[in-house]
Amino acid sequence: MENKCAIEMRNITKRFGQVVANDSINLKLYRGEILALLGENGSGKTTLMNMLSGIYQPDAGEIFKDEEQIYIHSPREAYEYGIGMIHQHYKLIEVFSATQNIILGLNDGKMDLSAAEKKVKEICDRYGFEIDPSKKVYDMSVSQKQTIEIVKMLYRGADILILDEPTAVLTPQETNKLFKVLKNMKMDGKAIVIITHKLHEVMDVSDKVAVLRKGQYIGTVNTSETNPQALTDMMVGHAVSLNIDRPKYAEPKKKLIVEGLTCIDAEGIKKLDSVSFCAYTGEILGVAGISGSGQKELLEAMTGLYPVKEGSIRFINDSGSEVELVGLTPKRIRATGVGMAFVPEDRLGMGLVGSMGMTGNMMLRSWKNGRGALLKKKEPEELANRVWKDLDVVTPGVNYPVRRLSGGNVQKVLVGREIASQPEVLLTAYAVRGLDINTSYTIYNLLTEQKMNGVAVVYVGEDLDVLLELADRILVLCGGQVAGVVDARNTTKEEVGLMMTQFNTSGGAHE
Amino acid sequence: MSETKTPLIRLAKRAEMSKGRIYLIRICSIIIALILGCLPMVLTGTNPFAAYSVIIQGSLSRPVYLKQTIRTAIPLLGCAIAIAPCFKMRFWNIGAEGQITMGAVFSTYFALFYADKIPHAPLLIIMFLSGALAGALWALIPAFFKAKWNTNETLFTLMMNYIAIGIVAWLQGGPWEGRKGSQLIPMFSDNARLPMVLGVNCGWIIALVLVVFLYIYMNKTKQGYEIAVIGDSVNTARYAGMNVGWIMMRTMLISGAISGIVGTIIVSGANFTLYKGVANGVGFTSITVAWLSQLNSFAMIAISMILAVLEKGANTLQTRMQVPASIADIITGILLFCMLSSEFFINYKLIFRHKDKKEAMA
Repeated sequence: MENKCAIEMRNITKRFGQVVANDSINLKLYRGEILALLGENGSGKTTLMNMLSGIYQPDAGEIFKDEEQIYIHSPREAYEYGIGMIHQHYKLIEVFSATQNIILGLNDGKMDLSAAEKKVKEICDRYGFEIDPSKKVYDMSVSQKQTIEIVKMLYRGADILILDEPTAVLTPQETNKLFKVLKNMKMDGKAIVIITHKLHEVMDVSDKVAVLRKGQYIGTVNTSETNPQALTDMMVGHAVSLNIDRPKYAEPKKKLIVEGLTCIDAEGIKKLDSVSFCAYTGEILGVAGISGSGQKELLEAMTGLYPVKEGSIRFINDSGSEVELVGLTPKRIRATGVGMAFVPEDRLGMGLVGSMGMTGNMMLRSWKNGRGALLKKKEPEELANRVWKDLDVVTPGVNYPVRRLSGGNVQKVLVGREIASQPEVLLTAYAVRGLDINTSYTIYNLLTEQKMNGVAVVYVGEDLDVLLELADRILVLCGGQVAGVVDARNTTKEEVGLMMTQFNTSGGAHE
Repeated sequence: MSETKTPLIRLAKRAEMSKGRIYLIRICSIIIALILGCLPMVLTGTNPFAAYSVIIQGSLSRPVYLKQTIRTAIPLLGCAIAIAPCFKMRFWNIGAEGQITMGAVFSTYFALFYADKIPHAPLLIIMFLSGALAGALWALIPAFFKAKWNTNETLFTLMMNYIAIGIVAWLQGGPWEGRKGSQLIPMFSDNARLPMVLGVNCGWIIALVLVVFLYIYMNKTKQGYEIAVIGDSVNTARYAGMNVGWIMMRTMLISGAISGIVGTIIVSGANFTLYKGVANGVGFTSITVAWLSQLNSFAMIAISMILAVLEKGANTLQTRMQVPASIADIITGILLFCMLSSEFFINYKLIFRHKDKKEAMA
């Protein structure tokens, strides 16, 4: 039996300022099918689906439901068209029960809890969900909360369901359960989209795969006719030459040894799982991985900001003696004389003080200096003026709040300060995210300059093309584990892409 | 396409405004507040112009009025200084009322039982020190729980107020009761009263010293810098190696100590006795003072004077024109509302639908 087309999106374009998030995208969803929407971070998957669920409106293009053109102006209208989206962050009221949350916002005149509860039970039995309708949300696990979100959509009569990275927070067992109910819903004739970047899940659950890359629609293939390698190629595309200068440092020495590093977050989920690697002087060690594979935790653990469950992080002094960093606070790490600089991912939320000017931000590293209770403002001010001039920061003055600067200038202030501390280890997270091409190259050059000064640079990045040309070696993380370390000069984008999604057969044998 | 669905009014963030325009907007907001303040007066059948002039006359026209106004302004100013570091840190200390009360309790202890044993100056010093200590300890409790277990400081500090007031109620009817059955604590002897300087108790000198202290503390010291960083982002503070929990406790200690000193000034400079309502809402009104002055200690002098003029003037209004004195509270409320909304207009601009279309066509 031929499945009927439920939704068709034609030439959908969405811009955010200068950035084209979706460039003339075509997509068809069929009833009785699971479509996997695949793409790297920032490829425009969520943006595209947000236009179906009424959160955004397209700048251009048309949406058809059952061959009739529709306009979706709000999430409420999306419900009316039977479109329901389950976001990554659940929107539930903790002190309400499952049923109360499910009927929340429905306006059908009366509120009959017991009838609603019965209907919820029916839906659950039909598709194989396991929830207790009267249980309070604060007593529930993440997976149960997700179930409520799905049932909520079904209760509202949704027959087109969109799930945004539904497995990101689930254990493998919970994932299997979810896939089972998704398949049940498919059998019932619902159209389902799952947004994901995990290839094995795509292979497991989907019927068709649509691939996006940097806002472009690459194509749709039948899952049964493809394989992970082919999908990776579609996802990452061919290597693009960026011409980043990559000199080689004469004699690299071991600077930092990480062994068996394991970290567990507040919910008890393993964020890092016995991670081991070395960083060398005069080297840029790239860290690749799908977002949320443990990059943030790795850098924060190394700087004393994230609690370490097990393992060791040792810093090697010039004299050859080792300093154990695990268990030290950031203050203590600094006090031991370990020259570590960190450019965090959240620039204004962690690396800088948005309401202060460049001077105030330079002080963040040196405010304790000098005796007495008073601040010494002279040195930070000189430093601020130096960074202002050397890195061409566009700002009216060193006391102008950095929050009001553009993203590139904010990053220059942060990187400038960290480099000025003359570190031996420089950790950077997504150092060029959101920056224009010129500023990105400025940052690449600064990092390479540091490397040639003998600094051990760790560069966590998301753009594989950059990692391949900037880094000397690449450490690939996958689900908190080291999928392998490869020589950046002798590897391919496809190889790294596969390791990121754990379809590596050879392991990390390239060391 | 979907033109009909564009909202009538949209908000957009504004680029930086010039200092002059910012002050112009703020002054306009005060004028608007005073105009809006006419409304309740007209509704109660009072001539607003006459009322405003009575308020001014009743608070400033004669030295004796002026002194009373200043006496009202001292605790407001002192307490605003106390809570400013907490608010800068985004630690919502609304427990100044209780911290004042506890400071007053400790000072009263020495005033009642040691007034005839210790000479004037050392007695006052002991009263100030014990007041500061009591306020500091009272403030430390919620800060400790916040630092250790991340409890909600707003609720915690608020509840601590009622405990402090309850303690005074118990003292009033029990151990410290003067004449049996009076429910009153005896008046302080002259030995335990603050000396007068230029006709007002010397609390004003202490308040002005605190103004300068706060300015230096917040702008020139390492601790002030730490407070500002935490207020901006706790993560940044941790990244910079600051011990956030400790800094919170230390800041609350200082804040509580200043509130406690205000408590001492109130009992030994104005009331000369302790009773349940000793803080008289100062802990809350001073939040208004701190916000309106944007945590700038010198602006606090002006704002606390404006509020004191309103309060003192409204009392005169009540006796002369039979207008309820609570009119002052209404005007204060409108003033706060207008000044806070002016911040909104400094940061955002409104875009109307039709104008929007014109922009799109252009």
